[in-house]
Amino acid sequence: MALPTSVRLGGEPGLQYVLRLADTCLILSHRLSQWCGHAPVLEEDIAMTNIALDLVGQARALLSHAGQMGDPKYDEDQLAFLREERDYRNITLVELPRGDFGFTMLRTTMVATFLKLLWQRLAPSCDPELAAIAGKAFKEARYHQQHAADWVIRLGDGTPESQRRMAAALVQLWPYTHELFDSDAIDEQAAQTGLGPRWCDLQPAWLAEMGLILRPAGLTAPAETGFRSAGKQGVHSEHMGFILSELQYLQRAYPGGAW
Amino acid sequence: MSPQSVLARSSGSGLTDQSRIEQAWQALAGVLDPEVPALSVCDLGIVRDIKLAGDGLQVVLTPTYSGCPATELIERQVLQALDDAGLGPARVLLQRAPAWTTDWISPAGRRKLQDYGIAPPGPVASALTQPLHFVAYRAKPAALACPRCDSHRTERLSAFGSTACKSLHRCLDCLEPFEHFKPI
Repeated sequence: MALPTSVRLGGEPGLQYVLRLADTCLILSHRLSQWCGHAPVLEEDIAMTNIALDLVGQARALLSHAGQMGDPKYDEDQLAFLREERDYRNITLVELPRGDFGFTMLRTTMVATFLKLLWQRLAPSCDPELAAIAGKAFKEARYHQQHAADWVIRLGDGTPESQRRMAAALVQLWPYTHELFDSDAIDEQAAQTGLGPRWCDLQPAWLAEMGLILRPAGLTAPAETGFRSAGKQGVHSEHMGFILSELQYLQRAYPGGAW
Repeated sequence: MSPQSVLARSSGSGLTDQSRIEQAWQALAGVLDPEVPALSVCDLGIVRDIKLAGDGLQVVLTPTYSGCPATELIERQVLQALDDAGLGPARVLLQRAPAWTTDWISPAGRRKLQDYGIAPPGPVASALTQPLHFVAYRAKPAALACPRCDSHRTERLSAFGSTACKSLHRCLDCLEPFEHFKPI
């Protein structure tokens, strides 16, 4: 039986909306998993790999669902391993290299805070499968945010060295958060059909929660730069190709390989 | 993974429908969670329903965590147990909603956890509706009781343990480390 070597999905707005979420979970999970065996202490090694595991579980559920939304149908593995770079729809923020521990905790806080708000608003989705995935994932995003944000506060309000690193991480990461709230026709369609909220509608709540974390950390968000990333549109940073070469290697080298 | 079903091999015997379902519950009470082998899948509350669909049994399972690596193994073990008891054919239906909660762990399951050395979860009800409080403003949580000596002089060592569902603690009186099944 001939196996597909490459998978291309259609541009239906509902499907694209789900893929943005699925791919964001998948790629952040990959970045967090790179800490396995490398964290500063064993407890944090375990924490990051557990959070990565939740995220990959969420990505699997979403990709399985996305694979059934179009025609032809695909399974989760085909979508995770056989798409081309431009067909991934994750936000650019999650594909940046893993950075140091402070950078990782700040990025995890930013994304978990966003996802928690999004999962919450997806609970009444008109798509029952998406609503069911969200019901579970909301509880997980909550403790991801709790764990990572506690570190942002401890490190931001810590030693001069930890403060310096957290401030540098914030300057580097903040410009990429604008992409979360750049809404387009896909968001509009999702809001009108009852699939889910426009991502831009989550911005006030996200900024408020980030403020509750950054203030006690002694950190201030940098000024607007005008920089805009566009991973959600399939236009990725130079890091994405390296992620995919690692992520897709086995399926590309041994098509259909399983154990 | 979307809801899916798998077919077990064996065929049903001459049991009445009701006793077939009752025996299925008994058979699954012997299927242990691979990650927390003190508990059966029934104690854990992930077997939501067993009913007849056509000439087969349908077992409704709700996964614990999105990333639980044991979900597929549990499905296979459930089908195997029904097969071994001669209760098949059977199918597993994965049902995500409502999401699993530790509130579904049975009273017997909580006692088994305690006896196994894992502090059982407290009630979830309020935990998910409370706003989060971060480290600077958070009141110190009430200390857990040590499952070995019952002392409340305990401390948390790690927010995550050998699996996502547990955290790691230490008793300051008997000095033994212990795990806690976190409420979710």
